[in-house]
Amino acid sequence: MTRLLDAHLVVDRGGFRLDLPLTVAPGEVVALLGPNGAGKTTALRALAGLHPLCAGHLTLAGRDLDRPGHRIWVPTERRPIGVVFQDYLLFPHLSALDNVAFGPRRHGLDRQQARQRAAGWLARMGLTEQARRKPRELSGGQAQRVALARALAVEPALLLLDEPLAALDARTRLDTRAQLHKHLAAHPGATLLVTHDPLDALVLADRLVIIEDGRVVQEGDATTITAEPRTEYVARLVGLNLYRGHATGHRVRLADGHVLTIGDRHDGEVFVAFAPAAVALHPHRPDGSPRNTWPATITGIQRHGDNLRIQLTGPIEVAADVTPAAAAHLELVPGQPVWVAVKATETRAYPAATATDATVD
Amino acid sequence: MPARRIGRARRVPVALLLPAAIGLLFLLLPLVGLLARTPWATLPQRLTEPGVLTALRLSVQTATLATLLCLVLGVPLAWLLARVPFPGRRLVRALVTVPLVLPPVVGGVALLLVFGRRGLVGSWLDETFGITVPFSTTAVVLAQTFVAMPFLIIAVEGALRGADTRYEEAAATLGAGRWVTFTHVTLPMVAPGVAAGAVLGWARALGEFGATITFAGNYPGRTQTMPVAVYLALETDLEAAIVLSLVLLAVSVVILASLRDRWVSAP
Repeated sequence: MTRLLDAHLVVDRGGFRLDLPLTVAPGEVVALLGPNGAGKTTALRALAGLHPLCAGHLTLAGRDLDRPGHRIWVPTERRPIGVVFQDYLLFPHLSALDNVAFGPRRHGLDRQQARQRAAGWLARMGLTEQARRKPRELSGGQAQRVALARALAVEPALLLLDEPLAALDARTRLDTRAQLHKHLAAHPGATLLVTHDPLDALVLADRLVIIEDGRVVQEGDATTITAEPRTEYVARLVGLNLYRGHATGHRVRLADGHVLTIGDRHDGEVFVAFAPAAVALHPHRPDGSPRNTWPATITGIQRHGDNLRIQLTGPIEVAADVTPAAAAHLELVPGQPVWVAVKATETRAYPAATATDATVD
Repeated sequence: MPARRIGRARRVPVALLLPAAIGLLFLLLPLVGLLARTPWATLPQRLTEPGVLTALRLSVQTATLATLLCLVLGVPLAWLLARVPFPGRRLVRALVTVPLVLPPVVGGVALLLVFGRRGLVGSWLDETFGITVPFSTTAVVLAQTFVAMPFLIIAVEGALRGADTRYEEAAATLGAGRWVTFTHVTLPMVAPGVAAGAVLGWARALGEFGATITFAGNYPGRTQTMPVAVYLALETDLEAAIVLSLVLLAVSVVILASLRDRWVSAP
C-alpha cells in the first residue's frame, strides 16, 4: 500500500502524551475515534502544524513536514493541507464565495481565478445561490459545506476534519453525513476524520483508528471493530457487552471469578462479546439449555431506539435490551432483582492476546 | 410571605442611594450650568467668529492627524502585545499606559525635553534637517498623539484578546502567512474595536490641553487649539469661553452617542 501520509505523532503536553503511528493511503478516509481527552484534537493540530511534535515524524507526499530529530519544521501556511474545523471558523466578514476563494488566492491565483475556482466548488456543494451570503446567513448544514469547500479548494494532499458533524442537529446531520461521504470519496488525497461519534466514523471512513489516553487501542475496518471490540470504550461505542477472561473449551473464567459459557471452543485469554438484545430477563430462575444465567439487580432503565436498555449489576455488569411491552409485563423498575440469561450461541469469543495490550476492567 | 421577602431584599439602602444621587448631580450640574449661561441669542454669530472657526479647524485637523498616527503606530503595538509573547511584555504593557495616568503637563515637559532644540531627538532633527518641532502644529499633533495613543492601544488590544485566534489558525491552514492573516482576517474582525479606539483617541486628542500648551504653546492658527482657546478666552471674554466649551461639549455628546452600544450600555 502506498502511503501518502506517514506519521508517528509524539506530543508531550503537561502530563499527557500522544504517541500515535498513523498512515493514510491516497484516497483513503481514516477516522480517528476516541473519547474526549484521548488526544484526537492534539493529533489533528500536530498534523496541521498548529502544534509541534516532540518526537517522531510527519511525512506527507514524500516530504518531511515535521521531524524534530532533524530539526525539520514546515509552518502551517506552507503545508499542503486543508482543515474543516469543528465550528467551521468561516471568516464572518467574508461572503461564502470569498471564504472559499481565500485559500486559492493565497496559493497564487489572482482574484478572478480564485473566485472562479471558489464558485466551482460552491456549485459542486449545491451552494451557488448562497455564494453571496455571509456565514451568519447560512444554515448549519450550508456552513458545513462551505467549510468543506474552503478546505478542498486548495486541493490539499491531506484533508483534516475535526468533528465535522458535531455542530449540526440530528436531522441536518443525516443529510450532511451522506453528502460528506460523497465528497470524501471523490477526494484523491488522504483524509483524516477526527470524531467521537462512532456512526460518523463507521459511515464515512474506510478504516478506523481508535485511541484512548494518547495511544492506539484498536485499528481496523468497521466490520472487525463492530464485531470484535477490544476495549470497554469501543464496546460501548458499538453497543456490545464485553468481557475478558481465560478460556478453557466452552468455559471462560473472568477476572472476578464469574464463568461464562461460550458457543465456540477457545483456549487462553479471550474477549467475550454479546449484544444487549441477546440478553433475556426473567422474573424467576430459567431452566434448560446451555445458557448463562445469573441473578442481577436493575440499576437503570433508558430509552434506546424503540426498546428499553436495562443496566444490571450482579456478578458482572451487563446491559439488556427489552421491548417496552416486555418491560411492562415484567414490571421492571430500578432496584428490582431479576434473572439474566444469555445463550452461549449468542456470544462471540475471540483471542485477546494480539498486538494491542488493551484490557477490560 | 415570599413576596414581601423579595420586596425587602430589593430595597436600596439610603446610605448608598444618597451618595449615588449626589454623585450624579455633581457630574451633571456643571453641564447644566454651562447650558444655562450660554448666550443662545448671539450663539450663531459667535460661532462664526474667525477666531472660533480657526481654533475649531486646527483642533479637528490636528486631532485627526494624531488619530491617524495613533492607528499607524498603535495598532501594530497592540497586536504585538496581544499576540506575540516576548520577555518583558507585561512591563511594555504597563509602560504603554503611562501617558494615561501621567499629568499632561508633565508629558508636555517630557516631549519638550526630547524634541526641543537641545533635546535627544530635537537636536538631531535640527542639525540634520533643520526642523524645529516645539511650538509648531507638528508639536500639537505629537502632544495629542502622546496622550491619545494609550486609549487606542488599550481598546485594540482588548479587541484582539477577545477575538478568537482560531480564525487566524484557519487562515494559516489556507496558506496565509502572518501579515496576510493580520490584514485579511484579524484586522477586519477587530474593526469595531479599532474604530472605537480611534474615536476615543480622537476625543482625547481633541480635548488635549496641558501637553499642548507646554510643548506647542499658544499661537492662533498654528498651535491654538480649542481647549487652549477656551482657557485664554476665560480671562478676556467669558461668553466666548462658554461658546467654545459648548462646541467641545457637543462633540463629546456626539462621540458618546456613536459609542453607546460599545461602551455605555452595560451588559
